[in-house]
Amino acid sequence: MLKEKPLLKIRELTCIFGIGCSKCNSSTGPLAGTNICSYCGSIVACADVSFDLYDGEILGIVGESGSGKTTLVKCLYFDTPASAGEVYFRAYKDGKVNILALTAQEKRYIRHHLMGMVYQDHHDGLNLDFTAGGNIAEKLIAAGTYHVGQIRSRAAELLQRTEVPVARMDDLPRFFSGGMKRRVQIAKALANNPPLVLLDEVTTGLDVSVQARVLDLIKKLQRELRLSMIVVSHDLGVIRLLTNRTMVMKTGRIVEMGLTDQILEDPQHPYTQLLVSSII
Amino acid sequence: MTEILKVSGLTKVFNLHLLGGKKVIGCKGISFHLKVGEVLGISGPSGAGKSTILKCIYRTYTATAGQAFYIASNGNIVELLGAPENDVLKLRQQEIGYVSQFLRVVPRVSAMHVVAEKLFLNGYEESQALKVAACLLEYLGIPKDLWEASPVTFSGGQQQRINIARAVVNRPRILLLDEPTASLDEQAKQRVNDLIMDLKQSGTAILIASHDQENLERVADRILFIDHIDESKLRRDNRNVCKVAHN
Repeated sequence: MLKEKPLLKIRELTCIFGIGCSKCNSSTGPLAGTNICSYCGSIVACADVSFDLYDGEILGIVGESGSGKTTLVKCLYFDTPASAGEVYFRAYKDGKVNILALTAQEKRYIRHHLMGMVYQDHHDGLNLDFTAGGNIAEKLIAAGTYHVGQIRSRAAELLQRTEVPVARMDDLPRFFSGGMKRRVQIAKALANNPPLVLLDEVTTGLDVSVQARVLDLIKKLQRELRLSMIVVSHDLGVIRLLTNRTMVMKTGRIVEMGLTDQILEDPQHPYTQLLVSSII
Repeated sequence: MTEILKVSGLTKVFNLHLLGGKKVIGCKGISFHLKVGEVLGISGPSGAGKSTILKCIYRTYTATAGQAFYIASNGNIVELLGAPENDVLKLRQQEIGYVSQFLRVVPRVSAMHVVAEKLFLNGYEESQALKVAACLLEYLGIPKDLWEASPVTFSGGQQQRINIARAVVNRPRILLLDEPTASLDEQAKQRVNDLIMDLKQSGTAILIASHDQENLERVADRILFIDHIDESKLRRDNRNVCKVAHN
């Protein structure tokens, strides 16, 4: 097979909350059964996370609450500073620089031009005092689109694409339903045609019919726009539906990684077997 | 005929951690080869490991030992059991088809779209992909008024035909069929057999796991017989002989 260069290359990404010490890594993890360092009390949210993501691929991250899934994507989106590790993103300088070591200005460029993020909590992803159109405009303006007409037409196009009634473009998202808020977030994430979209618990808190519509929408958009995605979820149904490959995390470490059907049908790690057997 | 797949010493042991690390042997020491345009049947009683062999080759299962060399369309030799996941995904999309024993689909997607999915992934225009899917559905005898409905509402036999249709829609180079005719009546079985023969003619190498010995003998060039018992089993059919040591 012709070796394809990954879109995203992550090596030993670590995020520690607290002062950290030399024993943080060895005293935490699945074997220790905790992610709190017994020596310095720091929380090792994720450690030694390494993986590649290819073009058009959807990678799922599953794991119990507190396993470091959200922290990992927040590190990639520069919301949370990583403590160690390297990330190479092919869309930026052909993947030759570690994007975690860039200046704030360069990170801002990547965040607004080359990545999109849908947060679990809409308070993180949307400014509820701005209109739906205004929220999308924020992302467009950050990437250098200042023409009001262009902004409005792009916002309308995105809202239409994400199945939000365009007539509600000038309404505040605080008056939207949960599913609509999620869709506005998706529209905002896609505003500048990023090659990579990060989705954090995208269906949590939605009723099943809305969940299905949001998932179908994501699948459709991913196919049409050939997006690469990282999907964080604790719902194995979401993972089965959306992803090609899955990574299982526990206490901040990757315990297993494989093709999604392999993870679900032939899990190797004891924790993954427990997780798969817990499907209701 | 050129060889397209060569499996040697394929072994799968399931390690059930939730049952205190109990080990269950799925299949052991399976070796065979498959040529372009050849149909190889895998026969044996329930639980002998027929599906396990197919799933290991398709990488739904992680093989414990063994190798499966596949000659890709670009001439490269890929060791399927250990190939990088990204390569396996590409091969699944373009070259290797798999029909599971039971159809599993999203209940909101129409039969047409389920069948056309691989074509969408391979960059076909929607109208063109749906046209191909429609031809195949017609060929397999799915009533036209069902095409817009989800296959979950179909009968068992119809579901199985949808399952086959979606795997063969892009004419894979290797097709792995797990009990393809298990829930079909004679007429539908014949249609599936015709499709298998048609694919065989066009050069697709086909591996069929089935306990329907009679049907296997109709379509397969060779039959591999596997069993639980601890000795080499020999099974003759009118065309060829295969030998397999298992467990």
